[in-house]
Amino acid sequence: MAEPNNLQPMPDIEQIFAQLKPLMNNSQAYYESSRCLFCYNAPCMLACPTNIDIPLFIRQINNGNLSGAAKTIYSANYLGNTCGKVCPTEILCEGACVFTKMNIRAIDIGRLQNFATNNAILAHLKFFDIPEFNGKSVAVIGAGPAGISCACQLRLEGYQVDIYEARNNPSGLALHGVAPYKITNQEALMEVEFLRAQFGFNVFYNKRIADKDEFKGLENKYDAIFLGIGLGNSGKIKIKGEEKQNCIGATEFIEQIKNNPVLQPSAKKIVVLGGGNTAMDAASESARLGARQVILAYRRSQSEMKAYYFEFDLAKISGVIGMFNVAPIEVLGENCVTGVKFIRTETVNGKFGNIPGSEFTVDCDLVIKATGQLKQTSMIVNIPGLDMDESGRIIVDHATGRTTNPRYFAGGDAVNGGAEVVNAVAEGKIAGKGIHGLLSKLS
Amino acid sequence: MVNLEINFAGIKAPNPFWLASGPPTNSGYQIMKAFDQGWGGAVWKTLGVPVINVSSRYGAVNHRGSRVVGFNNIELITDRRLCDNLREMEEVKKYFPDHAVIASLMVQSKKEWQQIVQDVQNAGADGIELNFGCPHGMCERGMGSAVGQEPAVLETITRWVMEVAKIPVIVKLTPNISDITEPAQAARRAGANAIALINTIQSLVGVDIDKFVTYPVVENHSTNGGYCGPAVKPIALNMVKNCAQHPLVQLPISGIGGIENWRDAVEFILLGATSLQVCTAVMHYGFGIIRDLTSGLEQYMESHGFSSIQQFAGKALPNVKHWEELNLNYSIKASIDETKCIGCQLCYIACEDGAHQAIDLNEDKNIRIPRINEENCVGCNLCALICPVENCITMVRKDVDKEPVTWVQRTEANHVPTTFNDELAGGLGHSVPEPMEALKYKNTL
Ligand SMILES: Cc1cc2nc3c(=O)[nH]c(=O)nc-3n(C[C@H](O)[C@H](O)[C@H](O)COP(=O)(O)OP(=O)(O)OC[C@H]3O[C@@H](n4cnc5c(N)ncnc54)[C@H](O)[C@@H]3O)c2cc1C
Ligand SMILES: Cc1cc2nc3c(=O)[nH]c(=O)nc-3n(C[C@H](O)[C@H](O)[C@H](O)COP(=O)(O)O)c2cc1C
Ligand code: SF4
Ligand code: SF4
Ligand code: SF4
Repeated sequence: MAEPNNLQPMPDIEQIFAQLKPLMNNSQAYYESSRCLFCYNAPCMLACPTNIDIPLFIRQINNGNLSGAAKTIYSANYLGNTCGKVCPTEILCEGACVFTKMNIRAIDIGRLQNFATNNAILAHLKFFDIPEFNGKSVAVIGAGPAGISCACQLRLEGYQVDIYEARNNPSGLALHGVAPYKITNQEALMEVEFLRAQFGFNVFYNKRIADKDEFKGLENKYDAIFLGIGLGNSGKIKIKGEEKQNCIGATEFIEQIKNNPVLQPSAKKIVVLGGGNTAMDAASESARLGARQVILAYRRSQSEMKAYYFEFDLAKISGVIGMFNVAPIEVLGENCVTGVKFIRTETVNGKFGNIPGSEFTVDCDLVIKATGQLKQTSMIVNIPGLDMDESGRIIVDHATGRTTNPRYFAGGDAVNGGAEVVNAVAEGKIAGKGIHGLLSKLS
Repeated sequence: MVNLEINFAGIKAPNPFWLASGPPTNSGYQIMKAFDQGWGGAVWKTLGVPVINVSSRYGAVNHRGSRVVGFNNIELITDRRLCDNLREMEEVKKYFPDHAVIASLMVQSKKEWQQIVQDVQNAGADGIELNFGCPHGMCERGMGSAVGQEPAVLETITRWVMEVAKIPVIVKLTPNISDITEPAQAARRAGANAIALINTIQSLVGVDIDKFVTYPVVENHSTNGGYCGPAVKPIALNMVKNCAQHPLVQLPISGIGGIENWRDAVEFILLGATSLQVCTAVMHYGFGIIRDLTSGLEQYMESHGFSSIQQFAGKALPNVKHWEELNLNYSIKASIDETKCIGCQLCYIACEDGAHQAIDLNEDKNIRIPRINEENCVGCNLCALICPVENCITMVRKDVDKEPVTWVQRTEANHVPTTFNDELAGGLGHSVPEPMEALKYKNTL
């Protein structure tokens, strides 16, 4: 006879990662779109990095022109569906919505955007006429949001576009980074497929372009090259014991979870180190997946965290415990992690420092380091004449996305150091126009 | 203490809220239920010549999330047998002797009219309403609005009725006419005791743009209907006021048309109505709205110190004048309360594109609060009406020291513009941008 106690219910992933912004139904979309005031010079639109004409698409939804609404969105933002789901709308469009000034709930812009674009994707609508091949071709490195956006823009002008992607799927961090309760893998992939079918760019997977010869090869073959390579692995925190088993980087941890949404059985007590959005995501996701205790430890005070307030709120709701003004000094354990040794910190007269003698230990069996991603500097140095700033970000002319090597353009996390999907989309599009500006003059 | 009771042309009711003749008054069951919930009276669904109805019957105008701001029907008068209606009428009166039960009637010949009047009197009706208003279906057969549009016919039929009527007679008017006071005067001449207005407005409520047929669709075809609901209230108010002000009408008025809440009711009363009839709002929300209607009316009367409906009936009438009697020197200017403004800039674009270019945006794009250019502001109200924030734009009076002067007075003083290019024309001081300036927006949008 089976022991009922041993029967662990299979975690229901759909429930654990229930979408924060589920697809609206027709009535929701109708009533919500009815509320929009159709502001002039709309502040929501001005707050959108891709400048989507929000009042227009909302009015189109309200008046029953769903495909027109989707066209409005896609004309400004090629990843309109993904952005509708993953954008931190609270600090972008919705944060600027005039309703917030009256303490009335902002228009649900993200979900309306998702509603309209979802309809277009499911119906395989085509909004753009792709001209004949114009005789020139461009290589795009990285099929993340920046690369995809740049590719779409270039296809609109008739360039052949070949995307080289190191992984075996597109969408970059929008697929393997963004929290699973914001967007499902299927949704992220569906939009890229929708775009590929419409714009006809080529994607070559499992093609990491990294060494000098590979770049040379591309330079010979293509008229211009766009770098949408994003960032690299999680950085080190440079404390003793961080090489131990079960002490891993947050982006790697999240990528694993997104491929296979289970915690390793030993991960019962988890410590997440960091105070940014990635730390919040890693902590929230761990807690939702059933870790018994998740402690988020940050060196400074709560108000100094870089994470958006609503992301920390979400982590707290998921059961994460915040611990502030504590700096890790050692990861403890033999081969495997057994705990973290911290020291308390304080800021006195503007000076931040450790409090001597305040060390203490927190037991845990998994440490997640979320103290930032590295830049892809080792790869970038292989491109001659391409300059980076002191923190490893590729330097570009912001009006055109052109780097200091005239054949190369860049955008997204690799340029801005790590922002949002929507910024990557905006920068990819600008670079697409920049490349066209250059190549159309060179004819 | 507030007393809502009325005596309308001899018909007594515990309050002025009556159900208008229509689907809510189809049966004794519905009317009993309504009285039980607090309605003061009911005008029975029009009794008369036998008819057959079609389906569908209704269409509606929805507006940005609001359902049925306008309502349209192609229904005819009652399709139930007269004997059933009369039996139920008797029963309702037995249970609710103090409530007003009014029989709405529509037949053709003199004989029919006089017979049916006696039938409803025998059933215990407190009053009679003559349906001269229905603008669809019945008018083609020479009834309804076909009567209401011909004052002479209306007068004749009303006389037939008055010959046999022992209870008060109300003539219900159609708005499908240029001058509503003409049929109203005819009713008066014929000896009617009161008028009721408005009936529905002839309309096509919309077109099915895929099937190429207007609403409501009956199989593949449609026909014009009668329009009512909140959207028609302004039309009804104007007609009520016209009748109330007319020296040759002078009859009690039962106000109808878009009444949905107590404010609407107060407005009708202030323009001279002393009983109120409601149809669409009940079809939308049920009889329960009566609680809001009576409690709202009571609090309004209390706060204004009115103890009866009569005390404020028609109180706004003396202030509704002809245009030429208005003070031309009265001057107001828009004023934005910057602490309330949410920066939607709707006022800006409304005035810029739809009015008088009297609102400017700040040169600093980060400051979203617009500024009124008082020189150009003509005090039209548009921005204040459009502003989504309560009391954010107010119209402030600026003509403190000026004597009032009307068009009539200025005409008498020979001080009005008379030629096309007259210096005296009102808009002269107003600065209007040159046409070419419009094109500077081309690149910014
Ligand atoms: C944990 C986490 C959560 C996030 N959550 C959100 C969120 O909720 N909302 C939001 O808007 N943003 C979020 N972001 C940020 C967002 O995902 C990124 O800003 C965005 O994906 C950047 O797009 P990108 O195209 O510049 O880079 P990436 O998305 O990183 O894409 C780069 C692509 O290039 C490929 N690549 C890299 N190097 C090479 C090479 N040498 N050769 C070939 N291919 C290469 C990579 O495999 C990848 O597919 C999150 C980020 C992280 C890490
Ligand atoms: C402020 C205002 C002024 C108008 N002036 C005129 C006019 O000068 N000449 C005219 O034919 N109609 C005039 N109209 C009527 C409109 O042309 C139109 O017939 C009416 O407003 C109905 O259309 P709508 O519902 O789109 O407003 C005016 C309407 C408004 C609101
Ligand atoms: S700010 Fe809000 S109300 Fe105004 S247009 Fe944007 S979404 Fe609509
Ligand atoms: S009142 Fe009329 S003219 Fe004056 S600012 Fe407002 S919209 Fe413009
Ligand atoms: S309409 Fe009202 S809230 Fe909007 S900008 Fe004008 S004054 Fe401000």
